[in-house]
Formats: sequence, C-alpha cells, structure tokens
Amino acid sequence: MKITLKVWRQKNKQDAGHFETYQLDNVSPDMSFLEMFDVLNEKLISEGKEPVAFDHDCREGICGMCSMYINGRPHGPLRGVTTCQLHMRSFKDGDTIVVEPWRSTAFPVIKDLTVDRSAFDRIIQAGGYISVNTGSARDANNILVPKENADKAFLAAACIGCGACVAACKNASAMLFVAAKVSQFALLPQGQIERKQRVLNMVKKMDEEGFGNCTNTGACEAECPKGISLENIARMNREYICAALTSEK
Amino acid sequence: MAKGMFSYSIGKKLIMGLTGMFLILFLIVHCGINSLIFLNDGGETFNRAAEFMSHNWLMRTLEVGLFLGFILHIIQSLILTLENKKARKIGYAVSNANANSKWYSRSMGLLGTLILIFLILHLRHFWVVSRFTDHISSGEETLYDEMKEVFANPIVVIIYVLAQISLAYHLMHGFQSAFQTLGLNHKKYTPIIKKIGTIYAIIIPLLFALMPIVMYLGIVK
Repeated sequence: MKITLKVWRQKNKQDAGHFETYQLDNVSPDMSFLEMFDVLNEKLISEGKEPVAFDHDCREGICGMCSMYINGRPHGPLRGVTTCQLHMRSFKDGDTIVVEPWRSTAFPVIKDLTVDRSAFDRIIQAGGYISVNTGSARDANNILVPKENADKAFLAAACIGCGACVAACKNASAMLFVAAKVSQFALLPQGQIERKQRVLNMVKKMDEEGFGNCTNTGACEAECPKGISLENIARMNREYICAALTSEK
Repeated sequence: MAKGMFSYSIGKKLIMGLTGMFLILFLIVHCGINSLIFLNDGGETFNRAAEFMSHNWLMRTLEVGLFLGFILHIIQSLILTLENKKARKIGYAVSNANANSKWYSRSMGLLGTLILIFLILHLRHFWVVSRFTDHISSGEETLYDEMKEVFANPIVVIIYVLAQISLAYHLMHGFQSAFQTLGLNHKKYTPIIKKIGTIYAIIIPLLFALMPIVMYLGIVK
C-alpha cells in the first residue's frame, strides 16, 4: 500500500507546531497503525531526521497510552478500537491520513503527537480510591454485591483513561472518564465510605484542570474504545446533585 | 448544600436543564392556547383565552418567572460556551464529528441564538403591543386582529417558520439532554423519553409554524 501521512510536528510545549507530509510506499495491510509509524520513524532516523514522538505501551488495547487523532476521529475510523489495534487494512491504497494529537487545554502537547494526560491522574488523586483496612486477606465473598451492580461497575472500570472522550468532545469535556471512575465505586459497597465526598472532589478537580462542560452530544460514548456508556454520566450527575444538595460543608 | 454548587460544571448544567424543562412546559401552554385559532371561529375562543391569561394574577406572576427562566437559560449558556471554547484553544485541522454525533446536538448555541433573535422580534410583535399600547387593552383591537395584521407580511411569515425549524432542532436535542443532565437515565424509561422528545420537537414547532401560514393564506379568517 502507498500511504501519504500528514503528521503534526511540534518540538515542545512552546513551539507553535505544523504539519509535515511523509510518503510511505511499502505499507502492509497487516501492519498495525503504530507499526506503520515505527516504519516511518526508522525511515526518518535513517535519513538523519527527528523521529515522530507518539505514546504507546502495551499495543494490546488495554493500557490507554496510544492517543492519535486520525482523520478527524480519536483512535481512527473503527468503533471500540484503540490506535494500536487499528490495522492498515482499514485504509485504502493511496489514502492520505491526517494524524493530530489530542486537542485540549487540559492536555498540553509535550512533543509531536504526545500529550500530557496527568490531569486525569490528578482527578483520580482527588477521589478515585477507597478506604480499606490493611492486614490479612479477607474472605472474597465477605461483602455481598448484587450481580447486576458488579457487572455495571465492571463495565465502568473497563475505562483505560486514554482520553479519547476528551479528544472527541466538542467541549473537550472529561465527563465520561470521571463518570466511569465515580460509577465503578458508587455501584459497589466498598465505595460507599467516600461516596459523597468523592464525586464532589473529582468534579471540582475536573473543572480546575480546565476541561469543558458536557452538552450530551454523545460523541464520547461513540468514540470510546471501551464502550463506556453515557449512563455513567447520568449516574455521576445524580451522585453529584444528591451529594451537593445534602452536603453539610 | 455544598458551597458553590452552582459554580461547578454539573451545577451550571443543572440550571440549564431545569430552566430548559421549564421552558418546555411553557411551550405546551403557549402552543395549546394559540392552537385555538385553528377552530376558525374568527378568534373568539382564542381571544377569550388570551383575555383570561392577561388578566390572571397567577399568570402574570408566572410571566415574571418565565422571563427569569429565559434570562437564566441564555446567560448560563453563554458562560458555558465561553468556558467550552477555552477548554480547546487549538482546534483540529480535520474533524469528522458527524461520525460520532448529530449536527444539531453540536449546534445548540447557534440554534439558540437564532431562537433568541426570533424571540426579540416576537416579543416586539405581540407582547409589547398587548402590554404597552392601549388599543388592545381598551378593546379597540383584539390580539387575534394583531396576529392577522402581523402575519399579512410574507417576510414575517418566512422568519417565523424558519425560527420554528431552529426550535425543532433545539428541542430535538434539548428535551432528552435535560433529562440526562438531571441524572434521569433509565434502561426502560430513557428510550421512551427520547421518543416523546422527538415527537414533542416535531409537533410543537409544526403547530407554531402552521399558525402564520394559515393566517397568511387566509385559511383561518
């Protein structure tokens, strides 16, 4: 396959950045999108040029590191797939592919296609945890959890924190990510201790980090590689409204 | 209540949802009363209803609430829009947003602005005339006569119809979005809410759009 790539190049946070066009002539349809970038980078290195910086780790769709905005969509044209699991057979011979970094004030570009997503870590620090007694391991079935709640919590916990929701949202809102994290705890008995304070703190942090406001367009859910449902956002809204109205602080 | 609840994103959105729902309820009353012109009785029933609404203390009090509802909805949307613009200062070179969301759900600000422009014109046409000039209150002319007069102008008719199209799309997203914002999402009820929302967003603006058309064409005399 012959592929023309238009890739965003930016030296550092301060640099204004620009698009650079590259031509790849021997792309196999069986390559993953990131493998195609590996080939590009080897070519650039052999030519004595600076390789393209991009995030990746597991390349199995579970770590949440890859983060390319491909032809106007986070993680490219397929649904329920991360960039690393996208293969070149999803494109046609002769295609031009435009690759950009996630665009959000809360996710500043570090270099080229790499963005700083530590805002998500700070939101987790604000409340994405539970209190447990340390000591010997307890019986696994000591605390009863309804099957339905366990399933919903599990589906929410499937969020890998890649930030595609923020990238897809016209308002660069992090609501789907935060909602998934709030939900996975709110649904389980272990999450009840910090339940109210958690949602208040995490939403506060989300706003402080500079993410936009949700307008329920549903773009996040459509682009989420893990299929996190909008139902979680409604749950977080409920959690927040109840916690805020009953808070004594 | 948590300090500053309404200064955080979900609190601000709650105000949008609640005022939106209030305005949705208002539209039912407004559309219901105005639809009385379709009885084609020379505006007799409609005038009686209009008379009742304007001389009723409860309605006059609710009118103040209605203005507050509109103002809150508009101001809050402006604040949210400005914040949202700040959340993505550098946009994408290529965006394929149609692949993941409906155009009207992304254009609520634009649709709302069109509705606001129409609203100013609409208030000038009917509300200002019925409240601040004495030829209606003195009984010389009825609100129905005023309608016939305003809708004799084809340009006004076109503007009213276009405004109703904007309203239809605004409601198409807004109706179900308000429920989601309030956290009212349910496996069984949400699909029903979405269906009701779509029907509402078609029927109400359609009835409103028909009013100037039938008056202009003289179908309703």
